Amino acid sequence: MNGFFHIPSAIQNSYGSLIVLHLEEALLPVLAGLLLALPIGLLCVHYDWLYAPVLWTSTVLYAIPSIAFFVVLIDYTGLSRLTVMIPLCLYSLVVLVPAVVDGVRSVPEETNAAASAMGIGLVRRYFQVQLPIAVPAILAGLRVAVASSISLVSVGALIGNQGAFGNLLTYAQLYRLPRLAVTSVVTTAVLAIVIDALLVLLRRVLTPWQPPSGRAAAGRSGATSGDSPARTAEGAS
Amino acid sequence: MNVLNFMQSFFNDGSHWHGYDGIPQRVWEHLQYTAGALGIAAAIGLPVGLVTGHTGRGGDVLAFLSAGARALPTFGLLVLMFVWLGLGIVPVMIPLVVLAIPPILITTYEAIRTVDPSPVDAARGMGMPEARILFQVEVPAALPLILSGLRSATIQIVSTATIAAYVSLGGVGRYILDGLYQHNYEKVAGGAALTALLALLVLVLFWAVGRVAVSPGVRRRRAA
Repeated sequence: MNGFFHIPSAIQNSYGSLIVLHLEEALLPVLAGLLLALPIGLLCVHYDWLYAPVLWTSTVLYAIPSIAFFVVLIDYTGLSRLTVMIPLCLYSLVVLVPAVVDGVRSVPEETNAAASAMGIGLVRRYFQVQLPIAVPAILAGLRVAVASSISLVSVGALIGNQGAFGNLLTYAQLYRLPRLAVTSVVTTAVLAIVIDALLVLLRRVLTPWQPPSGRAAAGRSGATSGDSPARTAEGAS
Repeated sequence: MNVLNFMQSFFNDGSHWHGYDGIPQRVWEHLQYTAGALGIAAAIGLPVGLVTGHTGRGGDVLAFLSAGARALPTFGLLVLMFVWLGLGIVPVMIPLVVLAIPPILITTYEAIRTVDPSPVDAARGMGMPEARILFQVEVPAALPLILSGLRSATIQIVSTATIAAYVSLGGVGRYILDGLYQHNYEKVAGGAALTALLALLVLVLFWAVGRVAVSPGVRRRRAA
């Protein structure tokens, strides 16, 4: 571990500021993705026919490699962090929209009926009744989206040092210094695990009615659909 | 200029269609990487998922392992393996397999575990041995979900195998990276379009496999 935290000056950042940079580049897009996924989810739940085309579009978007996305976006947004963050936001949508829709669809019909009977409107019902019940499924999707986002930021290194810890990988090859690659991989993995643990904690705070292990509840619709964004395309078609 | 124009001029250029750097050759390489990584990942993920799903034990361990595998950065792993192991196919296969195992493993486990228990109990009551229960009752019923896990793993591999070009291997990613370094956006857009086409091909392929392999009864019930 000798020199694990030593970063070459060419990176222009210290270890600590790389962490901040990496988390910003990874988490802001997922946050934006979540804010977009909620209204899209509402539309998909309300208009059933919308869900299948949305899923197919997002599956194809997901298949476009991140590096190609970055390069095409350079024309519009330049060599900036935005170029990295826009594709990451789109990728997170692919995971989050099915998670939101599946979660909301699994809300018991009686609950919806009760809310309607109390005179709660469609949009208010979505945000105040259905979404809180769907939290385990949404957070399962959020975990997958965050993990892949943290991993993908590194690819930004290819378009001129926009990859935070990924930038170390370029220099690992340039200077023949494997330890830089080790630092990059280990730190990125630890960041992903720490954030994942925080999300698990967040789920427990948001769903106090669930048993602490939470597997039975979160596992059913959430974990699988989150793992396989393309899966629900089949169910819907 | 927009992206569609780039794609059009890429595919219209005759020199992209033959030879060492031709589209058929690159696509063939890409398919080889994909098939190799998928084969290895399935050989690990499917048996483990089937057995743990059947016994219903080890779910927490699997969730933990797949969260760990997801945490490993694919691109970082590729460069690390390349720096350690040198030029070759192994540094490319390792990150792709690590990427593909979690969706296969978790989906298979969930698929088998959530099979309707009454036919399973009926089979057991009729004296079926456990192995036959797994392969003749549980797997056919869980097949649509298992296939969807394999499908999303395949799509992720197809998309990610483009990074093989970064460590001097072939595949469709060659166009994307060469285009990046040569400031030739035609190539980048063309490479991206080829990757998306391959992914669509995967979707069609899995749809066809599902039509053939999934029993009509299971399909009807899912549709209902």
